[in-house]
Amino acid sequence: MSTPGEPAARPGRIDAVEVRHPWRWVSVAVIAVLVLMLAHLLATNPAFDWGFTLEAMNQSVVIRGFLIGTLLTTVLAMVLGILGGVLLAVLRLSENPVLSGVSWVFTWFFRGVPRYVLLGFTGSLGALFGTGLSIGVPFDFLFSQWFGTPELRAFTIGQQSLYDLLGSTIVGGIVGLGLSEAAYMAEIARAGILSVDRGQHEAAEALGMSKGLAMRRVVLPQAMRVIVPPTGNEVIAMLKDTSLLVAIPVTVELFYQLGQIGQQTYQVVATNMAAILYYLIATSVLMVGQFFLERRFGRGFGTASAARPAAAGVSLGAGGAK
Amino acid sequence: MSEPLVRAVNVTKSFGHVEVLKGIDLEVAAGEVVCLLGPSGSGKTTFLRCINHLERIDGGRIWVDGDLVGLAERGGRLHRLKDAQIAAQRRDIGMVFQRFNLFPHMTALENVVEAPVRVRGERRAAAEQRATALLERVGLGDRLRNYPSQLSGGQQQRVAIARALAMQPKLMLFDEPTSALDPELVGEVLAVMRELAADGTTMVVVTHEVAFAREVADQVVFMDAGVVVERGRPEEVLGNPRHERTRTFLARMRTGAEQAPPG
Repeated sequence: MSTPGEPAARPGRIDAVEVRHPWRWVSVAVIAVLVLMLAHLLATNPAFDWGFTLEAMNQSVVIRGFLIGTLLTTVLAMVLGILGGVLLAVLRLSENPVLSGVSWVFTWFFRGVPRYVLLGFTGSLGALFGTGLSIGVPFDFLFSQWFGTPELRAFTIGQQSLYDLLGSTIVGGIVGLGLSEAAYMAEIARAGILSVDRGQHEAAEALGMSKGLAMRRVVLPQAMRVIVPPTGNEVIAMLKDTSLLVAIPVTVELFYQLGQIGQQTYQVVATNMAAILYYLIATSVLMVGQFFLERRFGRGFGTASAARPAAAGVSLGAGGAK
Repeated sequence: MSEPLVRAVNVTKSFGHVEVLKGIDLEVAAGEVVCLLGPSGSGKTTFLRCINHLERIDGGRIWVDGDLVGLAERGGRLHRLKDAQIAAQRRDIGMVFQRFNLFPHMTALENVVEAPVRVRGERRAAAEQRATALLERVGLGDRLRNYPSQLSGGQQQRVAIARALAMQPKLMLFDEPTSALDPELVGEVLAVMRELAADGTTMVVVTHEVAFAREVADQVVFMDAGVVVERGRPEEVLGNPRHERTRTFLARMRTGAEQAPPG
């Protein structure tokens, strides 16, 4: 389609007027005013005593609460949750209906009970074991009643120790939060395992791999790509949920300690700000860690950023064309 | 005449109420190349998958190298093999899939090394040396560190062939190895397979490549609707088919190939 007329009329570089966006400027102005108001509030309102906030953050009981009650509990509860969750997912996908059923019931219970309530229950578990808790032959007390055989117990923990352990230390919190987390991680791990192409199982089996080896070497590493992003969210959620440890009650915990200081000094806003800052710093660090983990497990699936949409549960076929 | 490497007798298989294999017989001698041809849905892929027990057969028997596949006879009764025993049988049978099914989180070299090390317990250094040689043999000596997503379809399929060969199988199964490839990449995969055949590898190949079957196969088996319609030397079955169904299929393949749009 050549232009009629002069031969020199082939269109050249485009020098057009760009579309104007006046409303963008209006919104910038509105937001600028709101930000100024917030800054003014934070700087001048006497309830925000920043000096006191920093002082509260620096208290040794608070730091200890953060390190043990928040960070350590998060790490250990997540370890329990992830291991338990992967195990539950594998059980759930098992061909054995008993194992699959056990996994379902576990998930049903721990997903159905609020964590705050669950932690309260964990803390009171000691009450169930008046004679302590032992490892040994089940129902040995019945046998000794009927046949006079001795009680067969290898290891016993007394009721008071049980109370102390589950009812006032972070052990109870780790158990409660970890089991609850396992139920959620089970669903995440299951989605991850199911996202791996059926052909991957077949290729592994055709090479003579056992089911376990195929799961460990072929399926789970690929499932990780789908499992890691939501697990990052779970870690962040867990970090925040450690503030529920007060239900047990555990006192070596960040929010509990800051709350105590707030009540004693009536500087509640300042201590709440201290808690907010602690949680924001910790979650920010976690988000950076999550970025690198996602990149690691996106290996072989194009760029790291391309691996992210997989979080939505999209399954890439094996060896899909580039 | 020695015992055939693969012997299948009266193999039947149903998916639900649909009977996809209705009594298949097949004998493959050691060193022989057998091509299974037939329209989609004829059961040829299902039959191939039965040979290494990716599908469980309902009736008949399959022997590979004298051993019943998936079963053992003890005390006059058949017993299903355990998963571990089935896995052991599969170690000697290589399989190449239509969709390659390479492990995407491993490089080409790692894909080939994985099974010899983890399944056969070979030392890593020795396995890597052998894997490198195999990848060089399929023309990918310069692609060892590439992930499957960085390879073309034809290259991926050649890695998959090397991966199967790394287990030093007695038998190689190919399930439509070129069907998922762009037309210009088909040749490189067929060239590798031709070379394997020339080296005396026993191969059972499900394919639509009539020209390949004509050139390479010792035996062509034409299947339709779960039965073997015709079998024999390629020049007989493909050159002078006796059955109407074979003729129709071959005619359709020919016009199809001519009318296939580029790309």
